[in-house]
Amino acid sequence: MGFKEKCFKKSLWVFHMSAGSCNNCDIEILDCLTPKFDIERFGMKLVGSIRHADVLLVTGIVTRKLLPRIKEVYDQAPKPIVVIAIGACACTGGMFKDSYTFKGPLDTVIPVDAYVPGCPPKPEAMLAGVVKFLNKK
Amino acid sequence: MGKEIFYFLIFPGLLFSGIVGGFLSWFDRKITARVQFRQGPPLLQPLYDFIKLLTKETLIPKRGSQLTFLIAPILALFGAVISSVFVLLPLFGIKTGFLGDLIVIIYLLNIPSLSYMIGALASGNPLAAVGASREMKLILSYEVPFLLVLISIIIKSEMSIKLSEIIAFQTANGAFIGSISGVIGFIVVLMCIQAKLGLVPFDMAEGEGEICDGITIEFSGTTYALVTLAKYIMLFVLPALVVALFFAGMNFEGINILWSILKVVLVVLLVTLVRNTNPRVRIDQAMRFFWIWMNLLAVVSIILAILGL
Repeated sequence: MGFKEKCFKKSLWVFHMSAGSCNNCDIEILDCLTPKFDIERFGMKLVGSIRHADVLLVTGIVTRKLLPRIKEVYDQAPKPIVVIAIGACACTGGMFKDSYTFKGPLDTVIPVDAYVPGCPPKPEAMLAGVVKFLNKK
Repeated sequence: MGKEIFYFLIFPGLLFSGIVGGFLSWFDRKITARVQFRQGPPLLQPLYDFIKLLTKETLIPKRGSQLTFLIAPILALFGAVISSVFVLLPLFGIKTGFLGDLIVIIYLLNIPSLSYMIGALASGNPLAAVGASREMKLILSYEVPFLLVLISIIIKSEMSIKLSEIIAFQTANGAFIGSISGVIGFIVVLMCIQAKLGLVPFDMAEGEGEICDGITIEFSGTTYALVTLAKYIMLFVLPALVVALFFAGMNFEGINILWSILKVVLVVLLVTLVRNTNPRVRIDQAMRFFWIWMNLLAVVSIILAILGL
């Protein structure tokens, strides 16, 4: 593992995008920043702009309205970028798979690197997903 | 000529102030984490962030002025490094500087903020334009009290506008923080530093939640790495300037070296604690705060300085 990859893994800046979620996964993502889980130990932090991000967290089913937006956000991100699908909706569509607004799941729209299932997934599950992905890479 | 290049690039310029600024940025984040009962990032975190940003893809906005957009971060870094050279040479006692270098330092300390503004306006992003306009208003607010406090310091040091003479005056007659006008001036300058560094409560130019990082929204990869490095350096230069103006500068003989380092760390600690105990204010509240209350305190400080207190 080179120094460049090490720096990348040690300072993952996370941008969070909601693609039509019910806000439950988003609250669980914010839980990762609280004192109990504290992802800043690993150098991760939430950033406000996609231009600074290394990780794109997507929650929710990809709705018809958000399909062009999510493609555009993915294009605006500086590469290399890691895309992580959070929650059952982003992974498979979940209980909304027959909905008329459903245009997903996420991996049919943009390439996805890691999936974290659950409705909503626990913060421990999200951390475990990121760690597993980084160890594999 | 070779000596000047050494001053600019290695010590006390780019390399030294970059490393110390990175350490202070880690210290800032660690203290923030401890205040919130968290663990905080590891010591090498600023280095990891910087190298990662350097090796990432740099995106240039299609609309807007591309050359200006690329030059702005370099200009910001340049201003930060030059101001660090001008502040640190008299502070470390390497060179005495020239007559009126305090005024040059005031101008140079503004270059980073101005360059972020130029870069943001050149990117053609509406949110960046909002951030740039807020930064402009913020500069207009904090510059006046900052200059007034400097006038009070100049009066106290018997009309000297040379940084090394101000430090020498304090070593002979006691630090300015020991007098009433010095304490009032220190409070005002602490608030101005907070605004100059763009930290909470005066970070409305880059409010993450409302305008998505504002002035830095379009910077990515190498350009954002340069912006980050300029911010690290400013986090070291401004506390160093405060140490020179209020705490009688630095002394590198024996045990005094520890005391000198503690002075800088203390100022950064105060900045961090102010940042962690306050919410972000709106731009109009910030302007009212600086123009009415901070100006009032600065004028009181000048009057007390004239009276000799």
